[in-house]
Amino acid sequence: MTKIGAAIVLIAILAAVVGPVVVPFDPADQELALRLEGPTGLHWFGLDELGRDIFARILSGARISLLVGLVVVGVSSTVGILFGSIAGYFGGVVDEIISRVMDILLAFPGLLLAIAMVAVLGPSLTNVILALSLIGWVGYARLVRGQVLRARELEFVQAARALGASTPRILTRHIIPTALPAVTVQATLGMGGAILAEAALSFLGLGVQPPTPSWGTMLSYGRAHLLEAPHLTVFPGLAIAVLVLGFNFLGDGLRDALDPTTRREAR
Amino acid sequence: MTRFLARRLALTVPVLLGVATLVFSLIHLIPGDPAQAMLGEAAPQADVQELRHRLGLDRPLFEQYAIFLRGLVRGDLGTSLRTGAPVTSQIVERMPATFELAAAAMLVAILVSMPLGIAAAVRRGTVVDHAAMTLSLAGVSVPNFWLGPLMAIVFAVELGWLPVSGRGTWAHLVLPAVSLGAALAAILARMTRTTMLEELREQYVQAARARGVSRLRAVLRHAFRNSLIPVVTLIGLQFGAVLTGAVITETIFAWPGIGRLLIQSIGFRDYPLVQGCILLIALTYVGVNLLTDMLYGVLDPRIRYE
Repeated sequence: MTKIGAAIVLIAILAAVVGPVVVPFDPADQELALRLEGPTGLHWFGLDELGRDIFARILSGARISLLVGLVVVGVSSTVGILFGSIAGYFGGVVDEIISRVMDILLAFPGLLLAIAMVAVLGPSLTNVILALSLIGWVGYARLVRGQVLRARELEFVQAARALGASTPRILTRHIIPTALPAVTVQATLGMGGAILAEAALSFLGLGVQPPTPSWGTMLSYGRAHLLEAPHLTVFPGLAIAVLVLGFNFLGDGLRDALDPTTRREAR
Repeated sequence: MTRFLARRLALTVPVLLGVATLVFSLIHLIPGDPAQAMLGEAAPQADVQELRHRLGLDRPLFEQYAIFLRGLVRGDLGTSLRTGAPVTSQIVERMPATFELAAAAMLVAILVSMPLGIAAAVRRGTVVDHAAMTLSLAGVSVPNFWLGPLMAIVFAVELGWLPVSGRGTWAHLVLPAVSLGAALAAILARMTRTTMLEELREQYVQAARARGVSRLRAVLRHAFRNSLIPVVTLIGLQFGAVLTGAVITETIFAWPGIGRLLIQSIGFRDYPLVQGCILLIALTYVGVNLLTDMLYGVLDPRIRYE
């Protein structure tokens, strides 16, 4: 499963990077006479409501999805590691404040806060990334806080402290590295989650705006032609499901590989 | 037990205040003048001034906050900009539809996930296990805004078995509930499998088997019952995901619930109604989490003394 996941992710990255250059159609070019045409030898996934090549748009959409995933996971994990390690290492009032902020953000289920943020800030790619990062960091911070609480009592950390190592050095060189395997697993699964969330927001009209090709927006527009042209819905949805599945397979595999207890017991 | 409940309730108060504060500040995050944004760029200045006054946006921020909190305690969340009706009554009107959908989705998820999780645990390492777990990972990966329309094509359009959209009969509930419950079913199946594996290894299960209890009875009456505690907690925690998923599902199937109201009010820039919907969903989620925690405390006495 891990290998299948890795293969899917690699193919998606390759498709996103080289695909738009190799495919002979521009994702914005319209052939209105052929609008809603089904898959053919020339247009593999058919044409959309404006006669644009769906295959070319899916490849361009992959860039958006992967970009959102990478930036959201990058920002969320960095902020999460920072606040999680500070809360876990220092404890006391600092921990109380950070933990209460996390509690408040966690009181908003899933995408709700992101929907609220984008609703007031306005729909755009930047605001989607901002909103998803705002809710995303909490998961990493909780994870890292727990790991740091455990690690700060370990002997090698106490030894470093006894040797006079500074707090930033103890955190960055000794404590945070112990949390990195768990963070890596969460980040891999988080890529799938962020891609799914971006697609959901775009589907609701709150994400990436047309004409930029986003898988969620494509699905949303395809809904109006569900009966006469289901290919408008089938292919973008399949792209989302396969890529998210790829990241989930990879994340699951990494968890099993990095955490021997889950491999032995929970699998 | 009373101390446990009191402590848990006390912990909820700052969270509720934080949620209210965040929802209050939403309107102030609107770039530029919120009143202008709500009415549109072309609106006459007099109308903008009037709306600003009506929403209290011309008062000092702290006073606005105090008025918002006071209203919240009384259940007054202002009036909708579009319809002029109280926000609370509009939300209350839509609540039964959303809860009906959420409950049906959770029921679907439970009915699918439990047998799947138990079968995967009992037949660990076999084709059944691999198939169930692959299916469950696929369930988490497939977006409900794709699954919904696909099911509508097959079961409503092609086969004509179920209505495409709307609310009314039991048949209307099937497609939205299945599309919303699929992801939860996937998560629950994995959790059931994990907890069942742990319980099946316990000595009391082996002792039951040694006493001559049938394999089926040992699995269902002994192991499964004990594996339920973490699963019940997960169901409570996942209720929030179901509520958020309902926003999308209600939009797809024109289901007249709070989620659809939220998306419609975002479209109309009816921010008081947006605030109301967000607040209600968050408060419901906090409430369900609180209940789950308390239930967990009741079911497992060890939790109370931590």
